[in-house]
Amino acid sequence: MASVDSEMSRGTQASQDALSVKIVVAGGFGVGKTTFVGSVSEIEPLRTEALMTDASTNVDDLSMLPEKRTTTVAMDFGRITLAEDLVLYLFGTPGQNRFWFMWDDITRGAIGAVVLVDTRRLADCFGAVDYVEQRGIPFLIALNAFDGVQQHTAEEVREALQLGPEVPFLVTDARDRESVKTVLVTLVEHAMSMVQQQHT
Amino acid sequence: MPIPDSGRIRPYLATRGRTRPVQDIAIEALVSTTDAGRNHGIDPEPERDRILRLCHAPRSVAEIASLVSTPLGVARVLVADLEAEGLTRVADPHAAFHGSVEPARDLSVLERVRDGLRRL
Repeated sequence: MASVDSEMSRGTQASQDALSVKIVVAGGFGVGKTTFVGSVSEIEPLRTEALMTDASTNVDDLSMLPEKRTTTVAMDFGRITLAEDLVLYLFGTPGQNRFWFMWDDITRGAIGAVVLVDTRRLADCFGAVDYVEQRGIPFLIALNAFDGVQQHTAEEVREALQLGPEVPFLVTDARDRESVKTVLVTLVEHAMSMVQQQHT
Repeated sequence: MPIPDSGRIRPYLATRGRTRPVQDIAIEALVSTTDAGRNHGIDPEPERDRILRLCHAPRSVAEIASLVSTPLGVARVLVADLEAEGLTRVADPHAAFHGSVEPARDLSVLERVRDGLRRL
């Protein structure tokens, strides 16, 4: 209750006719998605949950866990009011890649996706890259440099992920606001260039 | 169907057993309380009442779910019900642009997002 009340005065400064858009922040568990969102969000990142009901799960799996008939999938998100009539939301994907049903909700109508990569655990991002690539969602790869350490160069990662030169690669620090801003601006510009290519 | 014995029963009662949204509202759709909603008084259902108070300033469906502590699907149904009663309005970016260019692929929108991010 207290958290709701303290949030009461912290709605957007946006008008009732404001347009809302969103950017997806994807990547493996513990790669820094919520930190990334928190670095630019005007609110503390919030957590929302969706239920995966019996119907959408493998019954055999759940039969082993009788008390766990419903699985909760959580995702964190933040908000940036860019103008009185324009609000940007940043949605982090659920850490566990098996919850793909949530991804459709998160990515539908999104400007694009930032795929955050920890080069020490490169394979954790494969699922996210496959998902956005197959659906034609504009995306870039942001290598989160934990403590400035990178095990692999951007070119090594590009080769490992088998991505062409058209996909932007950046090194970022998810804790650094300016760095996160640069990643987001680059993604929006990439989305713009994809739109322009479709019109030519 | 077994009746859940956890606190989760409340949201389902509040949505009259429906766990699927009557309309597929985007998670980023902005919800605002209308004048009728502001003059509605205290709603007997606590979740609805909290949504009406929260949305005096526009809030996304995701924010509502988070702040009212209901799963996303339940928040969608509550919002859809309140909209049907004229107590809230929902600015759904997908619904609004149905048939024309969607905002995320509209160059003028993307330019404004880029410029807004640069100004942060």
